[in-house]
Amino acid sequence: MAEKKIRVLVGKIGLDGHDRGAKVIAQAFKDAGMEVIYTGLRQTPEKIVETAIQEDVQVVGLSILSGAHMQLLPPVCELLRSQGAGDILVIAGGVIPKEDISFLKQAGVAEVFTPGTPTGLIINFVKDHLS
Amino acid sequence: MFKDEKMQELKEKMAAWEQSLQKSLEKRPERKPDFKTDSYIPVETVYTPLDLEDFDYLEQLGLPGEYPFTRGVQSNLYRGRLFTMRQYAGFGSAEETNKRFRYLLEQGQTGLSIAFDLPTQIGYDSDHSLARGEVGKVGVAIDSLKDMEILFDQIPLDQVTTSMTINSPAAIILAMYLAMAEAQGVDLKQLGGTIQNDILKEYVARGTYIFPPEPSMRLITDIFAYCGEKVPSWNTISISGYHIREAGSTAVQEIAFTLANGIAYVDTAIKAGMDVDQFGPRLSFFFNAHQNFFEEIAKFRAARRIWAKIMKERFGAKNPRSMMLRFHTQTAGCSLTAQQPMVNIMRVAFQALSACLGGTQSLHTNSYDEALALPSEHAVLMALRTQQVVGYELGVTDTVDPLGGSYFVERLTDQIEAQVFNYIDQIDKLGGAVRAIEQGFMQKEIQQSAYEYQKEVESNQRVVIGVNKFVVQQDDPTDLLKMDPTVAERQEEKLKKLREERQGQQVAETLKKLRSAAQTDENLMPLILDAVKAYATIGEICDVLREVFGEFQQQVLL
Repeated sequence: MAEKKIRVLVGKIGLDGHDRGAKVIAQAFKDAGMEVIYTGLRQTPEKIVETAIQEDVQVVGLSILSGAHMQLLPPVCELLRSQGAGDILVIAGGVIPKEDISFLKQAGVAEVFTPGTPTGLIINFVKDHLS
Repeated sequence: MFKDEKMQELKEKMAAWEQSLQKSLEKRPERKPDFKTDSYIPVETVYTPLDLEDFDYLEQLGLPGEYPFTRGVQSNLYRGRLFTMRQYAGFGSAEETNKRFRYLLEQGQTGLSIAFDLPTQIGYDSDHSLARGEVGKVGVAIDSLKDMEILFDQIPLDQVTTSMTINSPAAIILAMYLAMAEAQGVDLKQLGGTIQNDILKEYVARGTYIFPPEPSMRLITDIFAYCGEKVPSWNTISISGYHIREAGSTAVQEIAFTLANGIAYVDTAIKAGMDVDQFGPRLSFFFNAHQNFFEEIAKFRAARRIWAKIMKERFGAKNPRSMMLRFHTQTAGCSLTAQQPMVNIMRVAFQALSACLGGTQSLHTNSYDEALALPSEHAVLMALRTQQVVGYELGVTDTVDPLGGSYFVERLTDQIEAQVFNYIDQIDKLGGAVRAIEQGFMQKEIQQSAYEYQKEVESNQRVVIGVNKFVVQQDDPTDLLKMDPTVAERQEEKLKKLREERQGQQVAETLKKLRSAAQTDENLMPLILDAVKAYATIGEICDVLREVFGEFQQQVLL
């Protein structure tokens, strides 16, 4: 029997319109055999969580380059937990200063990928965590 | 251009040379299987007059300041005045950005360029729920004319020109600027500056849209008509390829999609009853200076020639000023690395040089720490100094279009032009830029190029120093710009105070008039100006327009 495909939500959270990275990683996930749900721009934490649960994904990948990560990423993790979906892996990417990363990890973001990260490394991270 | 018998002789010599080249390649094989530009145009070992056999100097280049403007839009270019040194800046509140502006002007910057925060760009007040976390982050928060007055405190508007990166709410921000200029006693006929006002590339690549295409295009042509009459020196639009390139396009796609969008604006304005020579001279452009040095220079030259042909041949412009493509350039943000960030200073310098050799009218040089955070003050100063070195020290500004006549650059310019016209034909067949965007054509092309680029980096076919070659472990710089966490709170307080102090009745009346005019095809600029002067906020004005126009729904493509 074929292995069940990993389902990933890739989303742009906040008002930020820079979607190059989100689209590149979404395509890379697809090429790596995953099923990808791409939300497009301007998602709120509430909307991301709603879609993640509806689409029954195992991974939520959020891209943010506007600097609003400290305000917008923790609510995603909180909402997932409060809706009984705390097992969904949350990862983030974008222009995120190193000093903010430990706070985000405490809030429940499993990993933060900063500029220059190869897509292969992110794919392996997801696969390792789900196996 | 060259004598027939000399060309014949060259052809023979070239054939022999190619044979000897083949032999030497056995001993000195090439370091890559093929050489190509960022737009995948093959690059040959050497270029000679044989590459320009049918070259017609007057037709393809002309003289500086003359059709088709390949060599530049001014006859003496930088010998008269250097490119305007214009650093895009804005963060936090109007108070903080005012300080940064005055600092930059003291350091010799010659024009201002405002970065607005995302809520402002999308027409939400700082206290809107969707503004959460975004207030004052990627730019300055402007809620009302009050903030604009603080932003320009002690900056005389008759002595600087200001460029404003504002699109969907461009009419509102422009109205604020005009109201302020009037209050300073500046003659609007003399007022110089630019609003980006380019909605089409927002749908394609930048994402700060509010309204659907049709009412958005109407707001744009309202601005063309209003400024044509009242603010004749204002650049009413800056048709932008910058963000298309940042989103991952090639150089050819950058020019093709930008000029296709330009065609759509001209078409719309003509359909609205305007004469092409009435608004044509006020159109301006904005491009990216990326890494592939010669291709970038050729790109700028090709863009000028193509636009001149479009305006003359397609739209029948008579005034040469309508045919001149004047442009601002910013170095490529997406080429900056978080790894070994000081190396970015070098990247920026070479990109700035290419923009200068391409004949840009104004220039923004990026700061080396921008892959890590918003730029710190000393990084901004380094960036400004970089373009000052290019402008003042290298001598490259002493003659016009110094690379004109280079066999390589002319050949590349021709090749880019041909490929751009191919794209424009394709877009015409789809029904023009608006339809092409609705069908996702440009978006898909850009996405594909972005993905190819990433794959090339990851397979080491494309070298990025510090990322896939010469990698070292290094800590991030510790002196990054820290945002004041109280900005949002301070904006909210200011808004509260504003709503108490202004004449509520007057606000309501101006908004009501705007609502009814939006339902007709009356020019909205005077009504927006009235609302702004009554201190209606950007969120209130945009809400009225949202009610009438509706909101754009992004088509999600992958």
